[in-house]
Amino acid sequence: MNTGNWQWDTFFEAFPLILEGLGITLGLTVATYLFALIFGFVWTLLSAVRIKPLRWLFRWIMEFIRSTPPLVQLFFIFFAWPMVPVVGFAMSPFISAIIGLGVHFSTYIGEVYRSGIEAVDKGQWEAARALNFSTGHKWSKIIIPQAIPPTIPMLGNYLIIMFKEIPLASTIGVAGILNLANSYGAANFRYLEPLTIVAILFLVLSYPSAILINKLERKMNRRFDKKEPTGSKSLSEEEKEGAVS
Amino acid sequence: MQGLRITIEVLIGSIILGYLMAFIAGFCRLSKNPIIKYMTIFYVEVFRGTSLIVQLFWLFYALPILFGIDLGSDYLAGILAIGLNYGAYMSEVVRGSILSVAKGQTEAATALNMSRFQRMRLVIFPQAVRMMLPEFGNYLIQMLKATSLVSLIGMADILYYGDILRGNNLSQAPTVYFLVLVFYFIMALPLIWLTRKMEAASKKGVAS
Repeated sequence: MNTGNWQWDTFFEAFPLILEGLGITLGLTVATYLFALIFGFVWTLLSAVRIKPLRWLFRWIMEFIRSTPPLVQLFFIFFAWPMVPVVGFAMSPFISAIIGLGVHFSTYIGEVYRSGIEAVDKGQWEAARALNFSTGHKWSKIIIPQAIPPTIPMLGNYLIIMFKEIPLASTIGVAGILNLANSYGAANFRYLEPLTIVAILFLVLSYPSAILINKLERKMNRRFDKKEPTGSKSLSEEEKEGAVS
Repeated sequence: MQGLRITIEVLIGSIILGYLMAFIAGFCRLSKNPIIKYMTIFYVEVFRGTSLIVQLFWLFYALPILFGIDLGSDYLAGILAIGLNYGAYMSEVVRGSILSVAKGQTEAATALNMSRFQRMRLVIFPQAVRMMLPEFGNYLIQMLKATSLVSLIGMADILYYGDILRGNNLSQAPTVYFLVLVFYFIMALPLIWLTRKMEAASKKGVAS
């Protein structure tokens, strides 16, 4: 069978080698995602600070992080941070990737949380006050339980988006699948097969999860649409914004 | 920083290709011809399902080997990868907007004895475009961020020069990368402004 320059032996030789990196790629994805989920809360809090100039400052910082390339941020964390006087210290590539990409995506996730909180019906806040709930109680018993579940499909989408950005970490030397494929290519002068394997792996992993998220989204929409027409409207507006990256 | 020119050139190239692909693929997916439809679905899903950086490397390293096609320059590989990738994402926007135009509009156009083409051009499309605008604006910023990847295939964009500067003087790294970030942010500012404008334009005159 003549398939151009495609060589099956190379394919089968490279496949197990590249598969070894899958654990690191997936592990990095999960770690970065958790970091972003937690750090997203920080952004949500910061952008709701009562002091106006401070709030402005934080929103601009968020905008800055969001509209500059994650790749440059990654380089900044990895190459430049150790050189920063006083606070700088060197980190391993893996940790740098978690922080660099995690901070980038946490700004998106912070917005998702914010949209969820804003979508909670105003009557709920009023009811909490009328029932004389303390601030802690109001948040833990009323607002958060209603704000977070509708954002779950959006958060899932970000997980997939993030998974696709994780190979950026190969540029600073994290031995994920792309990195292994590249070094295999450099060692054997065969880039075609290893890179194709990487593409297939990504497709195989992200496509089913995208379908899953879609289903989840439809289910959630059905559940929340009926209850709060005002809340779900502003949510779907945010969803359009959330579809970036 | 001479890299600015390359970044902007790649950005403009990808924007043009991206929007072109978005409309072509968006319409083809709505086509009645199953071959066109499934080929488009295949294109969109492949480009949406894999990462941009993998596509970029694949186009740059693997494509010449597989088909003997040399893309000629890293320029073309960069623009193709970014344009095709975001074209696939945006084609979903195009499709979604067209589908979300109220059905009564199609029926009204049919009742007025318009052809399929007229219906799309005169009735559906003008209404769909305004729904696409805010998302298109968002993707502009995304594409700007994506152009930073071309430095990885050796193109001399801003980041590439930043790397060289760092190589010359390691202790300057924080300043250099911060400057690079600021440059990107300055380029993003007009795009952010444009996005807000587009959002406002798409809301104007629509009863919600």
